[in-house]
Amino acid sequence: MDYLKAFAVGGAICVIGQILIDKTRLTSARILVVFVVAGCIFGGLGWNDRLADFAGAGATIPLPGFGNTLAKGVKAEVDSRGFSGALTGGLKSASAGLTAAMVFAFLSALIFNPKEK
Amino acid sequence: MGKRDINKSNDEYAGLVKETSPNSPVVKNCFRAFVSGGIICCIGQFLLNVFSSFGMTAESRNTLVSVILIGAASLLTGLGWYSKIGKLCGAGSIVPITGFSNSVTAPAVEFKKEGFVLGLGAKIFIVAGPVILYGTLTSILVGIIYYFVR
Repeated sequence: MDYLKAFAVGGAICVIGQILIDKTRLTSARILVVFVVAGCIFGGLGWNDRLADFAGAGATIPLPGFGNTLAKGVKAEVDSRGFSGALTGGLKSASAGLTAAMVFAFLSALIFNPKEK
Repeated sequence: MGKRDINKSNDEYAGLVKETSPNSPVVKNCFRAFVSGGIICCIGQFLLNVFSSFGMTAESRNTLVSVILIGAASLLTGLGWYSKIGKLCGAGSIVPITGFSNSVTAPAVEFKKEGFVLGLGAKIFIVAGPVILYGTLTSILVGIIYYFVR
């Protein structure tokens, strides 16, 4: 059952992205920005956690889930450190994902060369 | 063969264009995005379930699953397979965290030839940079508002 929920919710979020691409001619980079910012705002309002409870990976794997991670991190840091937590919380919570993206990208660039298009 | 046939084929072609261009590609693209995005999330859910059976906390499970998917997408990008999958999947390969990883790895591989500092180093975030910037700025706003309203 949790696979069905993850599939439906994750797939639906991707459909929203596809409609934005096809109907608004937003480039994919802009859509990623919109999704992360929206996820962060929804996370700030506490909506994303409820979605994640329901859909599991269907809510955390799409990029709004990354925005939610930023929002959750910043709220936890504000709780534990006070006002300065607003500056440290976002990147702190995103650090694992960002570091992984950098490390794997660097290793891939060492190993692979650009392919013919 | 004559003028009539040519006209007919033009009409048919016009009909075909009308039939295929405005609506059906969107529906088809959405279907592909739904299925492929759903599959990626199911892979994530499978990994989450596996790690939860090892007794990991929810937070470290989510982090580890993200890291694994980021690593896999980076490898597929380096191999040149991710762009092929992307042509088929559309937003289904862009919106999940794997698309973020692809957007970091692809320029890293692409601009390596311009050098490790000003090529790879400077351009690695040429696509993902805006996501990180505006995500971080939004999180600061969320944090400030949260500080006052919590």
